[in-house]
Amino acid sequence: MSLLPWTVYLSLAGALLALAGGLRSPGTARWMALLTAAGTWVLTLLAASRFVPGPGLQTLVDIPWIPTMGVRYHLAADGISLTLLVLTGLAATAGVLFSWNIEERTGEFFALFLTLVAGVYGVFLSADALVFFIFYEVAIVPKYFLIANWGSTNREYGAMKLALYSFAGSSMVLAGLLWAYAVGGGHGFGFADLAQAAAGLSRHQQIAIFGLVFFGFATLAGIFPLHTWAPTGHVAAPTAASMMLAGVVMKLGAYGCLRVALPLSPVGFAYWQAPIAWLAVIGIVYAGLVALMQEDLKFVIGYSSVSHMGFVLLGIAAANLQAASGAVLQMFSHGVIAGLLFAVVGRMVYDRTHTRKLADLRAMPLYRLLPFAAAVFVVAGVASMGLPGFSGFPAELTILIGAWKRDPAWAAVAAVGVLVAAAFTLRAIQLSFFGSTDKAQPPGHASTGEDALHFEPITGAEKIGALLLIGATVLIGLRPDLLLDWINPALQSPLFQAALKAGTP
Amino acid sequence: MNPDYSGLFAALLPETALVLGALVVLGLDLSAFRRRNPGERLQLALGVATLAVLAAGVSVWFGPAGPVFGGVLILDPLAVATRLGVLVLTLLTLGVAPGGTAPRHPAEYVAVMLFAATGLMLMAAAQQLLLVFLALELASLSLYVIAGFDHTRPESAEAALKYFLFGGMAAAFLLFGFSLIYGVTGSIELPRIAAQIALQGADPLLLVALVMVLVAFGFKVAAAPFHLWAPDVYQGAPASSAALIASASKLAGFTLFTRLLWPGFRAAAGSVASLTAAPGWLPVVAVISASSLLLGNFAALAQSNLRRLLAYSAIAHAGALLLGVMAFGRAGPAPLFYYASTYGLATVGAFGVITAMESVGRCEYIADLAGLHRRSPLLAACLAVFILSLAGIPPLAGFFGKFAVFSAALQLGGVAAPAGWLTILAIALSTVALYYYLIVLKQALVAAPAADARPIKVPRVAALTLVAAAVLIVWFGLFPSQLLGLF
Repeated sequence: MSLLPWTVYLSLAGALLALAGGLRSPGTARWMALLTAAGTWVLTLLAASRFVPGPGLQTLVDIPWIPTMGVRYHLAADGISLTLLVLTGLAATAGVLFSWNIEERTGEFFALFLTLVAGVYGVFLSADALVFFIFYEVAIVPKYFLIANWGSTNREYGAMKLALYSFAGSSMVLAGLLWAYAVGGGHGFGFADLAQAAAGLSRHQQIAIFGLVFFGFATLAGIFPLHTWAPTGHVAAPTAASMMLAGVVMKLGAYGCLRVALPLSPVGFAYWQAPIAWLAVIGIVYAGLVALMQEDLKFVIGYSSVSHMGFVLLGIAAANLQAASGAVLQMFSHGVIAGLLFAVVGRMVYDRTHTRKLADLRAMPLYRLLPFAAAVFVVAGVASMGLPGFSGFPAELTILIGAWKRDPAWAAVAAVGVLVAAAFTLRAIQLSFFGSTDKAQPPGHASTGEDALHFEPITGAEKIGALLLIGATVLIGLRPDLLLDWINPALQSPLFQAALKAGTP
Repeated sequence: MNPDYSGLFAALLPETALVLGALVVLGLDLSAFRRRNPGERLQLALGVATLAVLAAGVSVWFGPAGPVFGGVLILDPLAVATRLGVLVLTLLTLGVAPGGTAPRHPAEYVAVMLFAATGLMLMAAAQQLLLVFLALELASLSLYVIAGFDHTRPESAEAALKYFLFGGMAAAFLLFGFSLIYGVTGSIELPRIAAQIALQGADPLLLVALVMVLVAFGFKVAAAPFHLWAPDVYQGAPASSAALIASASKLAGFTLFTRLLWPGFRAAAGSVASLTAAPGWLPVVAVISASSLLLGNFAALAQSNLRRLLAYSAIAHAGALLLGVMAFGRAGPAPLFYYASTYGLATVGAFGVITAMESVGRCEYIADLAGLHRRSPLLAACLAVFILSLAGIPPLAGFFGKFAVFSAALQLGGVAAPAGWLTILAIALSTVALYYYLIVLKQALVAAPAADARPIKVPRVAALTLVAAAVLIVWFGLFPSQLLGLF
């Protein structure tokens, strides 16, 4: 456990090494990045193997940082953060593997990528709201440059929109946290300190403060109607960045909602619970329907991410043990599956065909040309639909059961979302990989015949990355208790219990 | 009063060092180095000036503390910290200067910079209205001169004239305000003025005087609506002059006026903790702060000129710094000083990068930064640190400045008070600010260089200075207590 803070330091050191390695050769930078990412993942797995689940955060580092303001550099972990730390390690490692073909400014790419990873690790480890916030912001800036520099399709617009939405959300969070801090007399940013300070406010003020912090974080989790940055950002991002964005960074928002916003003010939560839940289910269905209409394969995945994140938010809003643990499980599950989907679309397909238009892809017999990609995409799609045997199934099921207990209407509408998800996933699989069953030619290559449609084979790095992610989703699909045994005790901590109690009528 | 000249001399040793340095610079340039080429003369002048600044720094560090010469000067922690801050910022300005093209009279340029620094040092410690005015004028006159030092460009002359005219007007207001204060309280020494006001309360004439002082304050720190000189000066002045005007002058200005307002006129402060409080200067400062925040951030969005963008961002920062001034009465100088000094570091750095770029051609528009990452990776990396610090991205120092000031302002009366609204406004506008800062960084780090762009070779001293500024920003960001704990 005590090794966990080193995930942050190691990632930052790796970023510098990758930058330096990039000066020598792109290959050096790649290997540096891979070793770093894999190293941090091993650290999280080591910590997981020795983890003893229990309620409350287990402190790893706790030293005064800004004594005059009561800020402590306090890192800690519990079952929830551990789940997400393992996910981060996995997504980072897979992300590096799927970026093996980056040739332009390789060192800088991996340096930014690893800085992003360090920020994400830091957020999941923080037990002081200001430290949390700082790592959260550290993760924002690299995203902008990753997308603006190495992205595709309207990348500067997508990058700026994403950065501004994230920053606007974090400004709301900062305002709320500072408010609570000031009310508390400036004693500190510990979660319990803030909650205690906020409890002294009037009901209206508590409602306002909870709204600021929750919706600030929920912006990054893609809550409807603040989700519009997500599809454009994900589509514009290079593969590794979209994997990281959809897979992990959106979880930062959801994690912030769960870790910081909920305990901050149970009174505020009780007021906002129903609106949040409805926004979440609207997001599930709406984003699903929009995904159904997309002509660009990456946009389908982008909107599907918003839809799946709606389940996480629904689980948080429903606020009982089942729904909340389901929400964390769904964070893990979606992190893996979204990473897989973006990897197939961005790396395996787009880098080879140079098109993501469903109409164009439909004209190519991709299942024959890229059989491995087709297989991975089908598996990922099936997992994304939430079929039993994959991680999406236990996650969404527990969320739906939990939501049903709180309000059957939420669960009913969300269940419609599951159907929609099946529809858009099947449509995407059908159109992209199995559109053309005969010797059809892509538009513009009318007379060149099949020879022109020879793509470079899927590389070993891609295969390893895909297998890692598939392995994870299957493992958790078959043994969800592996994670639930970590998550459930963590939800027994007094802070969470107070919030969950407030959300139960 | 028994005049204590030896104490005065000890306290003014740093200023003496600076003035001596300036004289040595001028003397050497007129004698031994008269026939050398301008580049060498600049090198020599900068070298001597650096020694003078270092000597001044040492004498501040080991200098006396407490009131000096019967309270004409006060060397409290804020004064000492500001004096050191001014010296560090001056040193950085001198360090980045060799990157640019040498001015026609290099020694005079450097000497006038040292005179400006002398004025700024006095501003940091002055506690008597007469000395306040003298220090302010010494600094201002020197800065007018270096703003107009580029003889080759009419914009530089325009900048100097504009700066001078606005500055002269502001000085007139200040002097009139001071004379009213003297008339009302019968003293020019801040402690006595404070005692007198506390005794007789805030009378209307005093409030008029205070408004006049605030006009000069607004001018000095470029706060709206007294900001009109800033964009033109930032645009027209030589980059290293602009660096000094934007950083050290601001830091000293905030210290000087905060010292006037809080210890001096605390009794006439009024309140920003509720809307219905007594009248005073705090509500006026709040209005100036709000207008600076709004005008600075929104006008910066429309800029295509990099220097003007920095000017409007400076106006926005002045608005946020004024929040620190409002919170001074409760939270003390730490947040304000932290913000002002780290802001100065970032601004000197940004202008230093501009200076370095000007060695290969004018750096005027944001688009001129295109491809900086390929033309000079070092400059691009430093610029990223400076701009992100200005944008307030942790863990850089700019974030903690904002954080400290905002949390201090929120503790004035909670969110529901005017100070709280201003804080929320400032936090919301930081998102707007991120947009224009990212536009700058996009050109520098993402865009491809223009076809005819050459690599930029940064002189070693300038490179070292820029790296030092960037390291300081990161250092104070990672260890904010180093500055916050000074007071």
